[in-house]
Amino acid sequence: MATFKFELVSPERILFSGEIISVIVPSVEGEMTVLPGHVPIVAALKPGVVLVQTSAENGKEFFVGGGLVEVNQTSVTILAERANFIEDVNSDVLDAAILSVETRLAAAPSEVEERRLREMLVQLEEFKHVFEQRKAA
Amino acid sequence: MPSLKDLRNRIASVKATQKITKAMQMVAAAKLRRAQTAAEAARPYAERMETVLASLASGISGSSAPRLIAGTGSDKVHLLLVLTAERGLCGAFNSSISRLARDKALALKAEGKTVKIICVGKKGYDILRRQFANDIIEFIDLREFKQVGFVNAEAIAQNVLARFNNGEFDVATLFFSRFRSVIAQIPTAQRIIPAEIPEGTQQTDAVYDYEPEEGEILEALLPRNLTVQVLRGLLENAASEQGARMSAMDSATRNAGEMIKKQTQLYNRSRQAMITKELIEIISGAEAL
Repeated sequence: MATFKFELVSPERILFSGEIISVIVPSVEGEMTVLPGHVPIVAALKPGVVLVQTSAENGKEFFVGGGLVEVNQTSVTILAERANFIEDVNSDVLDAAILSVETRLAAAPSEVEERRLREMLVQLEEFKHVFEQRKAA
Repeated sequence: MPSLKDLRNRIASVKATQKITKAMQMVAAAKLRRAQTAAEAARPYAERMETVLASLASGISGSSAPRLIAGTGSDKVHLLLVLTAERGLCGAFNSSISRLARDKALALKAEGKTVKIICVGKKGYDILRRQFANDIIEFIDLREFKQVGFVNAEAIAQNVLARFNNGEFDVATLFFSRFRSVIAQIPTAQRIIPAEIPEGTQQTDAVYDYEPEEGEILEALLPRNLTVQVLRGLLENAASEQGARMSAMDSATRNAGEMIKKQTQLYNRSRQAMITKELIEIISGAEAL
C-alpha cells in the first residue's frame, strides 16, 4: 500500500513521525482526508481531532488546538498550536486551550484576527462539549 | 606565618566549598540533560515554521504585507527583549547576554534612537538596571516556574504584541544565548519584529494551494511565529544556563581541589617544622645541664 511521511509537531515536541497511509485533518473549511499523491496545499486547522491511519487496521487519534497543515509531494506536516494524544485529553487540557485563546482575544491587534480568534473559541467550546458527551457515553 | 589551627580551619572551609560546587555541578548536569532535550524537541517546529513562513511571505509583497513583516515604516523606537537567567553562579552567562544588549542599546542611542528594554530574568535586570534604569519598561519574573514552557513564551509574546499594536515601538530584538555545547554558548541578538524572513529557502517545485487565502494564513501565523521565537529563546537559554553553570562549577571544584592540596602541604610542613624545633630545644636544653 502506498504510504507517505507524516509528522505532527507541537511547539514543544514531535508527537508523531512516520510512514502512514492516510490522515484526516480538521481544516477550517471542513474535514480533509489526505492520501498519497495529494496536491500540495497549506491549510489552516481548527481545533479538533486528527486521525492518522498507520495501516489498514491501525489508527491513532490526536487532539490539535488549531494550527497549520502543509502537504507537499513527499510529506505531510502538521504544525499544531497545541497537540495531545487523545488519551491525554481531558477537560483541564481543553480549558487551558480555551483560556489561552481568550487571553489572545483580549489583545487581538486587528478585526480580522479578532474574528478568527472568536471563531476558534466557539469551535473549541463546541469540541469540549462534544468531547464531554462522548466521554460520558 | 599562620598558626596550625588557622590552616586547619582554612582547609576545612575550602573542603566545604568544594562539596557545594561539586553538588551544584551534578545538579546542573542533570538539569542540562532535560533542558537540552526540551530545546532540541522545539527545534523542528521552529524550522518548519520558518520554511512555511518564507514561502508564504514570498508571495506577499508591497503595501499588502502585514505590519509584523513590513514593519511600521520607521525605526525610531527600539525594543530590546533581554532573556537571562534567574540565578547566578553560572560563569559569564548572564553578563555576556547583558553586555551584548548593552552594546546594542548604546549604539542605538548614539544614533539618536529611543531604546526601551524588557528584561526577562532577574540577573539581566540587575545588571542592566545600573545603566539603563530609565529605559527598562518592564521586568518579567519567571522564578516561580521550574521549567519554562509554551505558556511563558505565549505570555511574553502577547505582552510584546500588545505593545507593538499600541505603537509603543517599531523594531524589536530578542537577546538570548544559543546553546552550541556545554562549553560554548553564543550570545545572540535576533530581530523578531519585523520578522526576519530567511532568504534562499524557496522550494521551486512545490506550488501550494492555500486554504483560506495566503494573506489570511500569514496574518494568523505571524503572531504565532513570535511566540515560537520567544519559546526558542527561552529554551536555548535554559540549556545554555545549565551548561554554563556546569562548566563554571567544574572549574570551581578543580580550583578548590588544588587549593586544598597546597594548604595541606603547607600544614604538614609547618607541623613538621614545629616538631623539629621543639626537639632541638629539648636536646640543647639537656646538653646544657
